[in-house]
Amino acid sequence: MSIWLAVGLGTLACYLAKLAGLSLPARVLERPRVRHIAALLPIALLAALTALQTVSTGSRLVIDARLAGVAAGAVALLLRAPFIVVVAVAAGTAALIRVLN
Amino acid sequence: MSPEHRSPILRNALAIGAATGAYALSFGALSVAAGLTVPQTVALSLLMFTGGSQFALVLTLGAGGGWVPASGSAALLGFRNAFYGLRIAELLGRPRGWRRLLTAQFTIDETTAMALGQEEPAASRYAFWATGLSVYVLWGAGTLAGALGAQLLPDPRALGLDAAAPAAFLALLAPRLRGREPWLVAALAVAVALLLVPVVPAGVPVLVAGLVAVAVGLRGTP
Repeated sequence: MSIWLAVGLGTLACYLAKLAGLSLPARVLERPRVRHIAALLPIALLAALTALQTVSTGSRLVIDARLAGVAAGAVALLLRAPFIVVVAVAAGTAALIRVLN
Repeated sequence: MSPEHRSPILRNALAIGAATGAYALSFGALSVAAGLTVPQTVALSLLMFTGGSQFALVLTLGAGGGWVPASGSAALLGFRNAFYGLRIAELLGRPRGWRRLLTAQFTIDETTAMALGQEEPAASRYAFWATGLSVYVLWGAGTLAGALGAQLLPDPRALGLDAAAPAAFLALLAPRLRGREPWLVAALAVAVALLLVPVVPAGVPVLVAGLVAVAVGLRGTP
């Protein structure tokens, strides 16, 4: 029962966040400062999510095959590989390293 | 919009959908492994429909957290979508009524990145809906398959899916890293998030990293 409660409340909160962004008055959006922050926010969040999912597990920092996988993905990005190839290279590299170990 | 303009957008939308679908396989499997039922797992993907929050919720429950930290961490992580909503409202001409309610559900990392990547409003709108539908269908289907196959599927780590997730984030980040300020913000955000990992609850480092963007934006705007 408490799992459904978590699912319900979490879903409601996430939906309201999405809706709030779409519903704020236009004059709020027209401020250069808000515009600037909104452009920088995804950069900060995506950078943090990339780093956290690469080298953290729960509340610990962990160096494992994920780091090599993401590094290989970064090389693919520098070579202008398409999105799906970048993701596949990262997964394949991490899987290969685990097999070799 | 002409078909020549649509087809590359549609190709990218399907590629992103396929990538998130593969990612959803691991979400479905991890969710069932964490103790959620198949209906609960699929409900998260169809209703919550924001990957980071879904992972935060099921992993908190799996680690023994109750409904308060589980839904709280999902909410904290989902808060970023409000700022994606700001950009989507600009790009899609502030949708109203039921259209706004539907647009809100599709306001996520992938749709925002794709809509932002276009050069004219019609292309942004097309990219938003094409990516939203592609990701929604394949995210849901992948979740169901992963949840049902949880017992049959080998360890997701053995498939390298845990490395695929950050690589996907990196691929979304890379095109935004043009100029000195984005690099500075990204570097600061990474440093702050990693320093906080051992000392604050899961989900919080990402939010504090968001404050880095707010701080730099407040200082640097003329």
